[in-house]
Amino acid sequence: MAETATPAETAKRANPETLRAARRSPASHLAPTFESGSVAGTVTLKEIPFQTMVGIRVERDSDAGARLASVTDGLPAACGEVSGSGRATTLWLGPEEFLVIAPESAHDSLGGDLIRALVEALGDDPGQVVDLSANRTTFELSGIRARDVLEKGCSLDLHPRAFRAGTALATEIGNIPAMLLKTGEESFRIFPRASFADFLGRWLLDGMREFASPEVP
Amino acid sequence: MLLISCPNCGPRDETEFHYGGQAHVAYPENPDALTDRQWAEYLFYRDNTKGAFAERWVHSTGCRQWFNMLRDTVSYDIQAIYKMGEPRPDMERAVVNTTAATTPEGATK
Repeated sequence: MAETATPAETAKRANPETLRAARRSPASHLAPTFESGSVAGTVTLKEIPFQTMVGIRVERDSDAGARLASVTDGLPAACGEVSGSGRATTLWLGPEEFLVIAPESAHDSLGGDLIRALVEALGDDPGQVVDLSANRTTFELSGIRARDVLEKGCSLDLHPRAFRAGTALATEIGNIPAMLLKTGEESFRIFPRASFADFLGRWLLDGMREFASPEVP
Repeated sequence: MLLISCPNCGPRDETEFHYGGQAHVAYPENPDALTDRQWAEYLFYRDNTKGAFAERWVHSTGCRQWFNMLRDTVSYDIQAIYKMGEPRPDMERAVVNTTAATTPEGATK
């Protein structure tokens, strides 16, 4: 039988700070490896854990779509587009499917109001707003060699003329499905599902390893 | 590897897609009235065309939307890509579409 928690223990567990300290991100065990595997000034990899993510399914041109767009500062209209401002970033997943990504503090359990605002904006109209914060984790790959590392496992055209900063595409990286967001000329954010985080982390580390050695002319 | 032009996402590798079998197989209007043989034929019997074949595909790693494709089963030439619910394009129109619908490599051999 499971232990029965005393009221004091329950109260302690409900405390957001205690909860936060108890959480383990999907690639937390790789954090030291990411640090030692990163090559400063060439390519660096780190995990950004616990970002708030909300899945939205709504017809973009409907009234509900317009109300949701006012919360997220716009919904992207086509494949690759990204909308939003400082508060949240919204990626296009499909014609009527979007993923809102915001900092951890925006989550309702930590005092934010993003999910409640989105649920209220949808109201009773057809569509859905689902908290997907635990579905994916975030990797940040940056540096002048970041594109070379990605190109080892991703068949998209990642050349800057085809894949511009501020766009995001659903793709496969190392044979696993992931969202790829280009945040700057030399920085990418990768959103793999939590269960793939270990595999993709090790895949990227393997791809980064050659850049730690001096270049062979 | 085929390069398939998803109507939503543009040209992507074949590995991002899944095949959905023959297109335009209508659900029987009155299934109760069918004999077992007719029902089995609706469920399991499909054309095995040599040449242009209309089939369904889904972009499972991308936008997760279904679409129809007219593909030559001999040459793998993708002749047309069109939305679910649209009728199969006739061949003359399909030839015109080839240049528009399948961009760069176009998966022609």
